This record gives sequence, structure tokens and C-alpha cells, in this order.
Amino acid sequence: MAKHKTPLLDQLESGPWPSFVSDIKQECDSRAKNVNGIDYQVAADCPDDLLGVLELSYKDGETHWKHGGIVGVFGYGGGVIGRYCDQPEMFPSVAHFHTVRVNQPSGKYYSTEFLGSLCDLWELRGSGLTNMHGATGDIVFIGTTTPQLEEIFYELTHNLETDLGGSGSNLRTPATCLGMSRCEYACYDTQGLCHDMTNEYQDELHRPAFPYKFKFKFDGCPNGCVASIARSDFSVMGTWRDSLRIDQKAVAAYVAGEIAPNAGAHSGRDWGKFDIQAEVIDLCPSQCLSYEGGKLLIDAKECVRCMHCINTMPQACRIGEDTGAMIFCGAKSPILDGAQMGSLLMPFVVVDEGNEYREIKDVVEGIWDFWMEEGKNRERLGETMKRMGFQAIIKAAGVPFDVRQVQEPRTNPYIFWKAEDVTGGWDNDIADYRKRHKL
Amino acid sequence: MAFISSGYNPAKPMENRITDIGPKHFEQFLPEMCKKNFGKWLYHEILEPGVLMHKAESGDEIYTVRFGGARLMTITHIREICAIADKYCGGKLRFTTRNNIELMVETKDAALKLKAYLNAQKFDGGSQKFPVGGTGAGVTNIVHTQGWVHCHTPATDASGTVKATMDAVFEEFTNMRLPAPVRISMACCLNMCGAVHCSDIAILGIHRKPPMIDHKILDNICEVPLAVAACPTGAIRPTKIEIDGEKYNTVAVKNERCMFCGNCYTMCPAMPLADAQGDGIALMVGGKISNRISHPAFSRVVVPFIPNEPPRWPTMTATVKKILDVYAADAKKYERLGDWACRIGWERFFEKCDLEFTEHLIDDFRDPAYYTWRQTSQFKF
Repeated sequence: MAKHKTPLLDQLESGPWPSFVSDIKQECDSRAKNVNGIDYQVAADCPDDLLGVLELSYKDGETHWKHGGIVGVFGYGGGVIGRYCDQPEMFPSVAHFHTVRVNQPSGKYYSTEFLGSLCDLWELRGSGLTNMHGATGDIVFIGTTTPQLEEIFYELTHNLETDLGGSGSNLRTPATCLGMSRCEYACYDTQGLCHDMTNEYQDELHRPAFPYKFKFKFDGCPNGCVASIARSDFSVMGTWRDSLRIDQKAVAAYVAGEIAPNAGAHSGRDWGKFDIQAEVIDLCPSQCLSYEGGKLLIDAKECVRCMHCINTMPQACRIGEDTGAMIFCGAKSPILDGAQMGSLLMPFVVVDEGNEYREIKDVVEGIWDFWMEEGKNRERLGETMKRMGFQAIIKAAGVPFDVRQVQEPRTNPYIFWKAEDVTGGWDNDIADYRKRHKL
Repeated sequence: MAFISSGYNPAKPMENRITDIGPKHFEQFLPEMCKKNFGKWLYHEILEPGVLMHKAESGDEIYTVRFGGARLMTITHIREICAIADKYCGGKLRFTTRNNIELMVETKDAALKLKAYLNAQKFDGGSQKFPVGGTGAGVTNIVHTQGWVHCHTPATDASGTVKATMDAVFEEFTNMRLPAPVRISMACCLNMCGAVHCSDIAILGIHRKPPMIDHKILDNICEVPLAVAACPTGAIRPTKIEIDGEKYNTVAVKNERCMFCGNCYTMCPAMPLADAQGDGIALMVGGKISNRISHPAFSRVVVPFIPNEPPRWPTMTATVKKILDVYAADAKKYERLGDWACRIGWERFFEKCDLEFTEHLIDDFRDPAYYTWRQTSQFKF
């Protein structure tokens, strides 16, 4: 029998989309029955109380969760978010209900064995409720008590050989697309780079030393499946410098209607016969394509690598062979100074596992040194960039200035010249000036 | 309940302590086919909604079945997914960045059987457990935040608004008949830990009442300078007040400067701003992440406020559905929602979607505002 009546939430059990209410109810049942005789280390009925407090919010139109306190595991300044209910008498089993962030494997692939072990741990020591996954990419365990935190951490590190994710003014848990494991567009090994950078910067991930949060995200191509250009302070996005590759036989097959355009992504509606001129050539943003004499031609030097022709004819067009990555920095959502898109810092960098990605790490470390020196409390990198100028970050990163770093040159002439830019410097003699110009 | 030790010794926290090991290496979790053809993929096809085939240079083919899930998921549900993965695909699976789950098999026949099986599974309450879809030119799963389930700053719920919205647009999840992919995202306050700011359609919780000030406790539970510094518009200043003969160090808020971001509340629990009448939802549209054809773009606010209507938010979901339907009928093939709105003009967008344009939709926040005002004679009547 349900512990709390939830007439409002119950209305979210109908409809086709998977109902989180139905799912939580089955967890309530599972814990009430407890067929495996588990000695639950937090209140067995906490999913019931979670539904209860959520129902109250649906009634009140206001949340019933409070700020987190300082909770965590010894030696780490992140990975656990304290969470307390503001109606602890009504819902005692979720009075203390902390979140634990667990670092997901790159690309979010799992074995059922590993996922099962995570479930076993979370059944014993937590609420059995998770997010798969949190917005930044972590495996999120929702709801446990303070005494369980060290126990969970001990089991994670000793038995599951895995670590906590980031929170607070830390490096946040890096995230990546699935990259080369199952995508023909991957211009570099996103999973390899993500895993390596995550391990290289464990100290930054677990011990807050930054002005504010800092996110790495790794996209394999300009399609941007992990949204790195919009969501990460440091975005690594795959690209290539040579020409994309064209298979003219496959082009002919697309034109003849033998292969569905856009990999079949539009097959639910009759859009008419594939028209290579209208659907590919005319939509190319840099107009570098032409279709002449049954052949698709490209002026590769003019290509801006938007991916449209490749996405539309994946069997005919492939990414180039001289592949690497671009680096964008400073993206963030609106709080506080408005949303920012990542700005292009490096048009191309070779992603070289052989030297342990040293070139990319040097850029990151240069940016961090600058930001930790100059950034204000709770100022994202993008905001520091806005306040101090893009030039400052380009210099700090130790990369050359490049016209590709701007959409257009500045429209005002208010250049902050420095003394060393000007012949003779700034130390002019007014007496000397007055000899030439009487007052 | 008896306390069960993991082996951790609280008297000696450093004893046998393991730290800084990072995540498990991904390679051990890859399906054999992905490991074998790593970096050697040739092309892919979407065979039908929710079913993909990837072809490798070796000639190998891997078939992926994608299905949606609520990201708020119990271990009972995860175990059921694991049991399916054990039965159908050798015990390997993956999650996508948009909270979908993917199972990979080696033949088309196995994929279609798996799809049929997944689509047939239902919760006791009647909803589908594992709806297959979320591919190509359709609506895929909504990325979202915690909302009233587990957060202290939300202006609305996340899981509930997402469930209600996905029910309303479910046909577009299981079909591929839109002009281009439509990414819907949900964030329950302006903090946007869901980073919805570059979505085709963004559902955003907003507050509209300035913070209340709990003067009697503020100085005990907050750092006044941090609360003052937290305000992006400089609306908060330190002050002293007297209540019942007692003097308190506290803050004052210039309400007309408040932009309702809630950053003060994040820094100072004595300044709550959640309020059932004040809180609700804004809708933003026309953002994108991909560099395909056009540049990545921010979403724009097109509906400044819709009241919270739990449990199903009917006005919000009807407005989302209306925008989606008008776009689907009017846009050209490959045209993302924002590209369509920019091509026809935003004046036409409001007309076609039958949305009211109000003063709230004219940007007046700092420098970027100026660049959004019309500075050309080219517009439509």
C-alpha cells in the first residue's frame, strides 16, 4: 500500500512516454517486499517519501528541498551534493537525501555486470533512484545519508574501481560523444582524449581550486552531439584540413534514388525525389560544391566543413584524412552575464596520443594559470574573457593570433595600444613638445 | 537496520584509501564489433525510426536499437534493461547524451525483433517502458534538470514537464517526418544546469518575484558581502534594520532592478524567491548546436510566461505542440526551427504560431540587447 496518497503524480502514469512515477512506485514495491532480504542502510521507504514530497510540491507549486550543507568524502571537495528536505517531520526518510556523482565511462558504454554492481551498491546504501545521466554526464545517485558517503566511496574505489565526479568550483566531469567506437564522422578519438584528460586532471576534478566550475567536452565533429561549443569552457571539436572525400559512384546512386538521402533520416514523409542541386549544392554555406557532368565537385579550399553534404550523403562524402581538432573556449549558459557560445581559440591542433596530448594540455594549463590569477569568485572563463578581452586568453593559452578567431575585425578603433607597440614609447617630454608648439 | 561496513575505517580514513583513479576505461565496455572496427566506420543508415545500421570498412554491420527513458530511473528499471541486454546483445549497452538507451546487435532481423519486444513492454500504470525512436528528423528525448524532485532553486518541475511534453509530441519521437531534428530541452531555473540555451525548443522555469528577505537570520546563515556580490544588476546592498527593538545586519533589495535569476538565493538561503504565483515557464525557440548549414545559435524567448499547471502543464504542452506543428508544416527540408524562423522573419513566426508579442520579448539586458533591435528597413507587414 502506498505510504502517501499522490493523486496529482498519479496523473503522470498515463500516456505513452515512460512514467518516472510508475518507475519510482515499482522501486517502492521492490523495497517493501525485499525478496532478497537486503539490510537497507538508508530508510527502505525513502522512494515513498520522495513521491510524498514531490506530490506536496505539485500541490504547493514550490520546491521542498533546501541548500546543501558541507558534506563529502575525506580529501575531496566535490562529487557529493548535500540535500535536505524542508519538511523533515512529514517525510523523515528523505530528511537527509544527498546526491553522489559517479564519473561515467567515456561514451557511456557499460557492461551489464558493471551496471549491476552499481545497482547493488545503490540498493544497499542509497535510495535506488538515479539519473542516467546528469546534465554534465555523471551517473547520478539520488538520495543517501551522510554516514553512507565514505562507505559508498570505499566500495566504488575498492570494488568497482571507479571514482566520483566533479561538483563546485572544480573541473567538472568531462564528457564526450561516442566518437570512433561507432561513428564514421569522428575526426579524433574523443573517448581516448576524454579518458586521458579526466585522469590527468584528477586533482582539479576532486579539489576545488578554481574561481568557478570548468567543463571539458569532446565532440568528434562539427555536428556537436555533446554540445561542447555551447556547454563547455573548453571544447575540443574534431575537424580536418584537407578535402573531404567523395565517392562518385555513390553520388550517382543517391542521384538515381538508389540510396535514401540523409541516411534515411527523412523517411517518414514524402519529400519527393532527391534533388542534389537543391538539397546539397544550394545549401552549402560556402558554395564550394557543384554538380557537373554527373560528378560532385568540391573547391576544397573554400569548404567550411559544416557537415551538410556528408550528413546528407554519408555513403558518398566522408571526412578528410588530415584530421585533428579545433578548440573553442568560454561557453556557458546565461547565469550571470548572459549565455556565451564557445569562441574559437585554435583552428587546428593535432590530437596526438603519442605525446599524451601534450599540445592540448599545454593550452588548458595556460588558460587555467591565467584564470586562477585573474578570474573573480564565481566567474566563468567566458566572463573573464569578456571582461579582459579575448586577446588576454589567446596570449595565456600561448597560441598565435589568427584571423579565424574572429567573425569579423572590430568595428571601433578604440585599440588598447601598449607603450611597446609605439615607436619611442610613451615617455614624451612636454618641454620638448612646447618648444615646437607654443601655448 | 544494522550498519554494514564497506571496510572503511573511520578512525583511520587514510588506511587503504584509494583516490584519484578516475572512471573505468571505456574499452572494456565496448561491444566486440565496436572494438574491432574502432575508427574504421564507413557510413550509417537509419533503417526505420529507432534502428540504425553502421557499416565498417571491414564489411561488418552493427545494428543499434535506440529507446527513450526517463533520466530519473530506478535500479529496478536499470536491472530490467540489463536483463534485456544480457538476453539480446551480449551484456553490453550504452546511454546517449540525451538520455536514450542503445542496444546493439549483429543482424537486422535481431534488431527488428528487439524493437518489437521493447515497444511491447509497459509499466503497470500504462506507459511504455522502452519506446523505440529518437532518430533522424524527429523529436528525440528531452534533456533536463532535477526540478522539484531534488533541487533547491527550481521554478517548476522537470520530470513532470518533460513527461507531459513527451506525451504530447510522442508521435514525433517514433516518426521521422519533420523537416529536421528538433531538440527540446528543459531547465527548471535560470541557472540552466540543463544548458537549454541552444535548443530548438527550450522549456525554462522562471521566477517573477524578487527575493524575500529573512532579516532575523540572514547575518547568521549568509555572508552579507557574498550576497551583495551575487547580484548581477547591483540590486542588493548591505543595510541594518530594527525589528521589535532588535538590530539586525541584513540586506536591502532594489526590487525594480531584480532580474529574478536567483543567484542571491544560491549564495544566501535567507533570500528565497520561489513562489507559486510568481513561478512558471518561459518558452525559448530557435537555438541549435550543430554547425550544419548555419552556425550554432542561441534560443530566443517567444513566450515570456506560462503559469505552472501541474501535473500536466496543459498550456505549456499545447504551446510547444503548436509551434512544432506550424514548423513541421511550413519549413523546408533540412531547415532547423531557428533557420525557418529567421528565413520567414520573426514577425511572421509570431503570426503563424499565433503567439502574442509583448514588451517582455524585447531584449534590455546589457550590450547584446542592442544587437537584437531592428536596424534595417527590411521587414514584413
